[in-house]
Amino acid sequence: MFPYIPTTYEEEQEMLKSIGLNSADDLFNDIPKDIQLNRELNLPKAKSELEVKSYLTSLAKKNCSLSELTCFLGAGAYDHYIPSIIDHIISRSEFYTSYTPYQPEISQGTLQYIFEFQTLLCRLTGMDVANASLYDGGTAVVEAALMAAAMAKKDEIIVSKTVRPETRQILETYAHIQNLKVIEVDMKDGVTDLEALDKLMNNNTAAVIVQSPNFFGIIEDLKATSEIAHKVKKASFIASVDPISLAILKRPGDLGVDVVVGEAQGMGIPLSFGGPYLGFMAAKKGYMRKLPGRIVGETEDKDGKRSYVLTLTAREQHIRREKATSNICSNQGLNALAATIYMVTMGKEGLKEVAMQSTKKAHYAFEELTKSGKYKPLFNKPFFKEFAITSDIDAENINIKLRKENIIGGYHLGKDYPQFKNSILYAVTEKRTKDEIDKLSSVLEGIK
Amino acid sequence: MRKYDKLIFEVSKPGRKAYNLPALDVEDKCIKSFIPEEFLSDTELDFPEVSEVDVIRHYTNLSHKNYGVDTGFYPLGSCTMKYNPKINEDTARMDGFANIHPYQMEGCIQGSLQLMYELDKALAEIAGMDKMSLQPAAGAHGELTGIMVIKAYHEKNGDSKRTKIIVPDSAHGTNPATAAMAGYDIVEVKSTKNGLVDLESLKAVVGDDTAGLMLTNPNTLGLFEKDIKEIAKIVHDAGGQLYYDGANANAILGHARPGDMGFDVVHFNIHKTFSTPHGGGGPGSGPIGVKKHLMEFLPVPLVNKDEDRYYLDYDVPNTIGKVKDFYGHFGILVRAYTYILTMGSDGLKKASEMAVLNANYMANKLKEYYYLPIDTLFKHEFVLGGLKDTLSEVTTLDIAKRLLDHGYHPPTVYFPLIINQAIMIEPTETESKETLDEFIDAMIKISKESSENPQVVKDAPHNTIVRRPDETKAARNPVLKYEG
Amino acid sequence: MKVAKDLLYTNDHEWVKVEGEVALIGIADYAQHHLGDIVYVELPEIDDEIAKEDSFSAVESVKAAADIYMPVSGKVIEVNEELIDDPALLNADPYENWMIKIEITSKEELEELMTSEEYEKFLAEEE
Repeated sequence: MFPYIPTTYEEEQEMLKSIGLNSADDLFNDIPKDIQLNRELNLPKAKSELEVKSYLTSLAKKNCSLSELTCFLGAGAYDHYIPSIIDHIISRSEFYTSYTPYQPEISQGTLQYIFEFQTLLCRLTGMDVANASLYDGGTAVVEAALMAAAMAKKDEIIVSKTVRPETRQILETYAHIQNLKVIEVDMKDGVTDLEALDKLMNNNTAAVIVQSPNFFGIIEDLKATSEIAHKVKKASFIASVDPISLAILKRPGDLGVDVVVGEAQGMGIPLSFGGPYLGFMAAKKGYMRKLPGRIVGETEDKDGKRSYVLTLTAREQHIRREKATSNICSNQGLNALAATIYMVTMGKEGLKEVAMQSTKKAHYAFEELTKSGKYKPLFNKPFFKEFAITSDIDAENINIKLRKENIIGGYHLGKDYPQFKNSILYAVTEKRTKDEIDKLSSVLEGIK
Repeated sequence: MRKYDKLIFEVSKPGRKAYNLPALDVEDKCIKSFIPEEFLSDTELDFPEVSEVDVIRHYTNLSHKNYGVDTGFYPLGSCTMKYNPKINEDTARMDGFANIHPYQMEGCIQGSLQLMYELDKALAEIAGMDKMSLQPAAGAHGELTGIMVIKAYHEKNGDSKRTKIIVPDSAHGTNPATAAMAGYDIVEVKSTKNGLVDLESLKAVVGDDTAGLMLTNPNTLGLFEKDIKEIAKIVHDAGGQLYYDGANANAILGHARPGDMGFDVVHFNIHKTFSTPHGGGGPGSGPIGVKKHLMEFLPVPLVNKDEDRYYLDYDVPNTIGKVKDFYGHFGILVRAYTYILTMGSDGLKKASEMAVLNANYMANKLKEYYYLPIDTLFKHEFVLGGLKDTLSEVTTLDIAKRLLDHGYHPPTVYFPLIINQAIMIEPTETESKETLDEFIDAMIKISKESSENPQVVKDAPHNTIVRRPDETKAARNPVLKYEG
Repeated sequence: MKVAKDLLYTNDHEWVKVEGEVALIGIADYAQHHLGDIVYVELPEIDDEIAKEDSFSAVESVKAAADIYMPVSGKVIEVNEELIDDPALLNADPYENWMIKIEITSKEELEELMTSEEYEKFLAEEE
């Protein structure tokens, strides 16, 4: 017997008999003999819970957990504080063992929190509509670009080199299959070169994509970029943002952005070695019926009661099939719930405090690290919670030395930008203490 | 349970808070000394102000308005709503898995990489493939990645005429949507009366413009495509590649493998076959597996091993590139590997046997009361075509809504498209005979009610918290956020 | 199914009303009936030049979506804005509520369309 299979031997025999079969093997008589697997799968046999847990614990221990180290690594995934309350709520099995809310009568829980999630995101970004989430920040950028190209019936996507390198790689992969042309616009002192962008704009431009704060943590001038992006008819201006930064920065919706996307992992979702995370998309009203992914809307039931349903489904694959706006048929449901709880738990004041503390601590770290002149700022621009510094010391070597002191060092920018060899991007969240920052600074000072 | 119908915004009260952060311990300089005023927000964030108890009560109340596998039977066809084992939740939350940054140095992430490597091997063995990519985020994402691999293969061969992907008319909507997203034209091939791919129609549509065929086996009618080798030959002879949609893989674990049937690319829906929770819509995971000749096109990075060292391998000669951030839905992969270790080779095989037995047992009991368009040996699911009484005014939607009154999640309805009034039932292996019998009784009751008192069925549901919310109103005048 | 006289029809269930060089285009009763409650109508822009059999509009109901194709090639000179605010008009009277007004590019294409009598026969065979 297996714990997840309740059928007893007697029941199995009785059920087989009722359908006129003799053995469980007969259930597979319709599979031609020559493709039936005539051996056991080459896998270990079933194991007890104790054995499985013990083995997986041994694997987990081979990793170095952030709970024992001090993390200054970011570059798209951040060590922000996660309130305890989140895991308790998302562990309710009415939430995590349910399917996509196709039956609204018994899915009002899921539907309502998605509606709340959409509302919170619209308020945070200053947009009119938001969807129920997408796979991650990188694919969200790509989905926005594909939507813009399809709507404008044009094939050129302009993306800034200050956008996260992995995001641009994913964009290349998708652009290739859709025969879209991706043009990268250069940077100048760590921000998008707007003069260069202006020159690249042409009648085939379907979208302009920037990230703010950008990959180097620097705040881009969205307003000025928007003016350039909108010089061309039907071009969409897409901005990828860190949602936490919007607690203190101007909202993209107020700066002329058409579609806001981003990664919301920092809002209550564990780092978990890169996933699952939470991509999001919010947009101006005109994009409403072209958005990819699920959308929840408010309506009334037969008795006039306020209720929620999946809506605008005519965009989606199960109806449109090959004419769908995207093939996506899921969202990051449970992670959207985590982010919703995060946003309401931190609330009006808390999210601002997270953003403020991150900024202030990051700037303190920046000043400490660059004080002696051994490490120099790579750029001279206003930043949020990440900054880049550079030196002649081998970056990998720095990170090995830091690791010995139980510190996870920053991201080596030379991996993606050869011109920034030995430059390191440090992330400082509200979780870092002055002592931790001081220790980082003193260890760095001591590295030769 | 008291009636609760508030939005979190309606609970808000100025001055409340649900968080507490340590005081700032660095010098508190004015934010304007760091960031120019032109970038700083000049308005208050319009977020709720609530206490921790408010948050807990609110979402606990919402959870009561939901139905999960832990609540009851969920026979949603093609979705494999099997039980989500609790140990999986524990292992995914282990400190050494949950608190790992994806960019930590290789020496610090050996445990994660080893787990991914072992899962890769296990899934490849189950699928009969040579190498997996664990990167895709969901089934549909796996499909897209797989089709990109096929496209890259044809491109490398200079085979630019191949512009078409063939899809059976019984396919999931994602198949044509995926192929179109990858820039292909779709050719639909008809099913025979017996619900299988029509070989003659297939022969008529393949050619030197065929890039590939996407197929679910068993198909969406729950039928095993017994001519699969012949299908594979037809497609391969024409120079096309064969794509396996793993949505229905729960039917054949340890009994047959897509790789042995002739498929070149496979995706698994980890959240179906390998018991990870659906989470109200996600996150899932959709790893793909390929045969040797396609390995060079897989997305980067792959997880490989060099003696005792596990590493992220970016050296894939003709890779399609990256398809998502980082390396995949690691937390979901931990759950899946936990499940595979728990079930073992014997448990997985048994799971498919019982999933298939349960489906056939139910089909046999229900066919007296409901129209069973194809009466044969099913795999893990079967499709009814509404009530036997074709003149009844009771539709499949009414039946589904009436099942809610009986405390069940209804089956998948109106899919596949080729069956009129379709009711697609997939019981899975984790349901007991009592549960199946009780559900069968409810279905029989509804069929009788439909002739004796159809209005009761047409007005269903009667005892849910909301009843048939108006979808037309929602779509005509969309209200997508709270405006209060 | 209602079939209005004096209109020309396609086998995709669009109708055309010719008024000199100009034509009104809409969907037939059969199409609105099969779509169900229409919730959204997407219309082209003025001055768009669209070829015969290319899609000029998408009509969405809760459970379905359909592309609507040009019965004849032409340049869009007017769209029925009322449909954007009240898509249900297409359900209420699909013949009264035209979708677009075009300048016909090649009148000979009209000859390929069905008369109302032919369309009625076509519908009978479809059933």
